[in-house]
Amino acid sequence: MSRIAYIASNTFREAVRDRVLYNLIAFALLLSGAAIFVGQISIDIERLVVVNLGLTAVSLFGVVIAIFIGIGLVSKEIEKRTLYTVLSRPVRRWEFIVGKFFGLAGTLVVNTFFMGIGVFGALLYVAHKFTRPDAQILVALYFIVLEFLIICSLALLFSSFSSPLLSAVFAFSLFVIGSFADDLRGFAGLTHGFMRWFATGAAYLVPNFSALNVISAVAHQQGPGGTLILQNTLYALFYTTMALSGAVLIFERRNLK
Amino acid sequence: MAAIEILGLEKTYMVGFWHKRPKRALQPLHLSVDEGEIFGFLGPNGAGKTTTLKMLMGLVFPTAGTARILGREWTDPEVKAQIGFLPEQPYFYDYLTAHELLNYYGQLSGVPGKGRKQRIEEVLQRVGLTDVKGVQLRKFSKGMLQRAGIAQAILHNPKLVFFDEPMSGLDPLGRREVRDLMEQLKQEGKTVFFSTHILSDAEALCDRVAIINKGELRGVGAVEDLTSTVQGKVEVVWQGTIVPASMKALGADCHVTGDTVRAVLPENQQDAAIDALRRERIRLIAITPLRTSLEAYFVEKMQVEKLQQSQTAGKTV
Repeated sequence: MSRIAYIASNTFREAVRDRVLYNLIAFALLLSGAAIFVGQISIDIERLVVVNLGLTAVSLFGVVIAIFIGIGLVSKEIEKRTLYTVLSRPVRRWEFIVGKFFGLAGTLVVNTFFMGIGVFGALLYVAHKFTRPDAQILVALYFIVLEFLIICSLALLFSSFSSPLLSAVFAFSLFVIGSFADDLRGFAGLTHGFMRWFATGAAYLVPNFSALNVISAVAHQQGPGGTLILQNTLYALFYTTMALSGAVLIFERRNLK
Repeated sequence: MAAIEILGLEKTYMVGFWHKRPKRALQPLHLSVDEGEIFGFLGPNGAGKTTTLKMLMGLVFPTAGTARILGREWTDPEVKAQIGFLPEQPYFYDYLTAHELLNYYGQLSGVPGKGRKQRIEEVLQRVGLTDVKGVQLRKFSKGMLQRAGIAQAILHNPKLVFFDEPMSGLDPLGRREVRDLMEQLKQEGKTVFFSTHILSDAEALCDRVAIINKGELRGVGAVEDLTSTVQGKVEVVWQGTIVPASMKALGADCHVTGDTVRAVLPENQQDAAIDALRRERIRLIAITPLRTSLEAYFVEKMQVEKLQQSQTAGKTV
């Protein structure tokens, strides 16, 4: 167990020392700043604009960071041969994958924490005080973190067998399709025969990011209920575990030429 | 007990666009390395040395065969706590300093936290990497990276060390230091298995060597045995520039260099040569049996193989 923690800690350190990460954070903070600006010129809907823009920035840039770092987690280690001196130690391959996952997930949680502070700061700036419905932003942030967990595990899954470029294409495509998972399910309901089976299968196979996106609802002060929180938590954990298991299964059999 | 027993390990890669064409990287390999010896794994580039090492490290899976390391199955992860590995042209996490890198590897290898810091300092000093505190590995030269690589391989005080081309990237002084280090490891009772294509290093260091080419083992044995199959000739060196007629009569092949003469003659004429020099009152400097160098043995093995190949090609035509 401790080896997983050491690998996770090193992955976290790598992400923190990666300058690209800082650029993305700076950009996200800029967007939060822009939310304040847009909020100021939006009469009576400042809160709505700040929450919407701020949380979207947190989500989008987190996704970019998750994909950008996640796709290189395994393939970069193979390409640069840094993996050789890790796996020649008493480290099992699954420990490496799980450690890498927790390292990246930890990075994104810390990232979300600081960007969340930015969103609350922007909200305080335009609204001058917090109200009870603002606590729902925390739930939206929690769902964003769940979204990151799924994306991390998918990026790792693709990274375990393909090149960084292809992994990025796969992961980003799944993110886009998953964001419209509800629409895909609706489309499946309108079709017949083989197409219905295919569309339904695809709709349930891709990650359902639309269920995790409550930004608009929270901006309109219509927070998600406890059932949705529980369902989303279980769904994200299940999907992440499945994707990570797939990554482990592939990586366990891979020759590191 | 054998430190390493390779029992028919072989590797065939499937190459081509559809991964349908087999390419054999290693023929079934049988090899045993005793505990406490320095064993050289020699061969030209692409011979299969690195593939063998990668299989032993569990980085590449063999097509067939098995191996035992320190008496246990080589796939047993706990075996890895007792072995060290330096890959060829090592590359490390370049955002770390040497201290951070070794601390990370120490954690993964189970080096206790208490005393780890001291152990890191010792090892860095041992490989000649002093004054690198706070310097990230991305600022290291190739030679410094090689030293860091050796440091990580011996950090956890392993019983068995695998070095893949350990002299690569090192200057003559660095090579000498690594040779000294390998001898020290042997004196400490450790087993050293290293691959190289620098034959002089192998000849100077190894108790035994194996020669591999095109994935096939071509020869294995003690360096003395492989190099003593010569000629039955001795080299006699004496002071001066005079070559007595009696020496020529013995069939000596003489060369004058500066103020010494070197003569090569059959071993059974050795006593007669000494008598001849004594009669002429010439000062004898040395008599050395002539041995084949490891290089000559290696070249011979490679040439035999080429000859066999050309004969096979001739038959086919």
